[in-house]
Amino acid sequence: MTAAAVPSDIKSLGKDAQLGYSEFQFGGFKFRRDEYFAHVAWPKGTRIIEIDRFLRALVRDIGWQFFYGWIFFDDVFGTQNHYGSVDIFAGSYDGGYKAAGTDFMETFPTDKVVTAFDTIARDWISEGYDPLRAPQETGTPLGSKRAPRKDALVRGFTPAKRMLGLPGDVTPRSDETGHPVNRAFADLKFEQPEVHAEKGFEGQLNAINLFDHIARSDVTWNPSVASITGASIFCVTSEEHMLPVIHGNDRNEWFIQLSDEIHWQIQDKNTGNPRGRIVMKAGDVCAMPADIRHQGFAPKRSMLLVAENGTPGLDELYAKGKLPPYPLDF
Amino acid sequence: MAYHTQLGSLKNYTKGSLDIVNDDKKHYAFSNLFEVASKSKPFERVAVTKNLEYVVEVAKIEGVSPWYAAAHDEFAVVMDGDVTINFIKLDPAAAVPSGKQGATKLAAAPNGQKMGYVRAKLGNQALLPAGAAYQLTANGGPAVVLFQTLAGDITIERWKEICIS
Repeated sequence: MTAAAVPSDIKSLGKDAQLGYSEFQFGGFKFRRDEYFAHVAWPKGTRIIEIDRFLRALVRDIGWQFFYGWIFFDDVFGTQNHYGSVDIFAGSYDGGYKAAGTDFMETFPTDKVVTAFDTIARDWISEGYDPLRAPQETGTPLGSKRAPRKDALVRGFTPAKRMLGLPGDVTPRSDETGHPVNRAFADLKFEQPEVHAEKGFEGQLNAINLFDHIARSDVTWNPSVASITGASIFCVTSEEHMLPVIHGNDRNEWFIQLSDEIHWQIQDKNTGNPRGRIVMKAGDVCAMPADIRHQGFAPKRSMLLVAENGTPGLDELYAKGKLPPYPLDF
Repeated sequence: MAYHTQLGSLKNYTKGSLDIVNDDKKHYAFSNLFEVASKSKPFERVAVTKNLEYVVEVAKIEGVSPWYAAAHDEFAVVMDGDVTINFIKLDPAAAVPSGKQGATKLAAAPNGQKMGYVRAKLGNQALLPAGAAYQLTANGGPAVVLFQTLAGDITIERWKEICIS
């Protein structure tokens, strides 16, 4: 069941007197939380999602601006980006819900979804819990409402316009920017590049220590743009514990494992059926085709480079079958 | 707890695994950039990713490379070793034509003003700006460099040889 685009705003349905959290309605969806779980309801169904996972997914979805394609909070509930509008769906990519006719999808203007998700996150996240940090590096989201967080919910997503470190572009992380090297990379030595520009060419040559920049990230599973040529985008990210969403691709993307290892579970994008498992170690390169969902698991914090093609309209070419869902024939 | 970070190198890398149960392994084009570099001749720029016109190339840098230039920005990431990159601002007449994709290998050192150089080691990323010629020199042993670029005349595609199938 699909509802037409609705420019509705999120509404509070009242506050739980005991726990202190508000319940919300956004279009046909209702959202409430208790001490341990988020509860999502739609006209013909409900879903329960562990609260840490729900909040980690919710805040990243805002920060990513809904990313490329589908963000599954779990196997049933999630969002799809149409780059100007966003679907919120429940069961739309699950055979059981589809067969029973209990699936539901609604399309909203992107800014309305950002506002709605931000409203829920600010009400449901208390001081001391940071869903962008690794589980070992933050407090708990469990229990009743405590003092509200005062700092920004979303950070670390600022994209470089051409390359990190160029004049006028995004500054790489450093002690001066308030980003110490993470505990998991304390064994590495980071040598900065030497840049020697002749007179008249100052600012035209540029080099950074990309590994140092990644090692200083205080967020996980949060790719941010390091360099761009044309529509080729290098995103870098530090990964620890598990990707708190399942990402459904609307185009091919490529992973280059820079350090340590990540285990990926691969599913069919439309049905969720398993397709396989990939273990990537340092130096491994692997495509993520346009017809899959993937979820990563990093036993130790690792460095990952994601190569994206940001060409506008690419999602529609894949969706209409005008491009094969995989990147190469050989 | 003290952590040990696993990095790869030309001499020491461990390849992961691809366990596909309901798809074609080739759709994942799984390779290892150090393995690719170790089996390549110096300065061969072998594609390890391809996303329509965009590629990531890997090259083993040993000694002094030819001069290269492109009509668009490229970026180099040093994955192993120690590299010096020299830059020359190309005279307009010698510039790579606008719209030409990928790196071009120049027949000889180009005419133009010296822009300077970058010395880059493990994990360093350098801009290879549009309109500038560049030459890479390995300091000491062979190095491994990734190039963020577009597919062009000198891009080598040998997917059957490098990918798990």
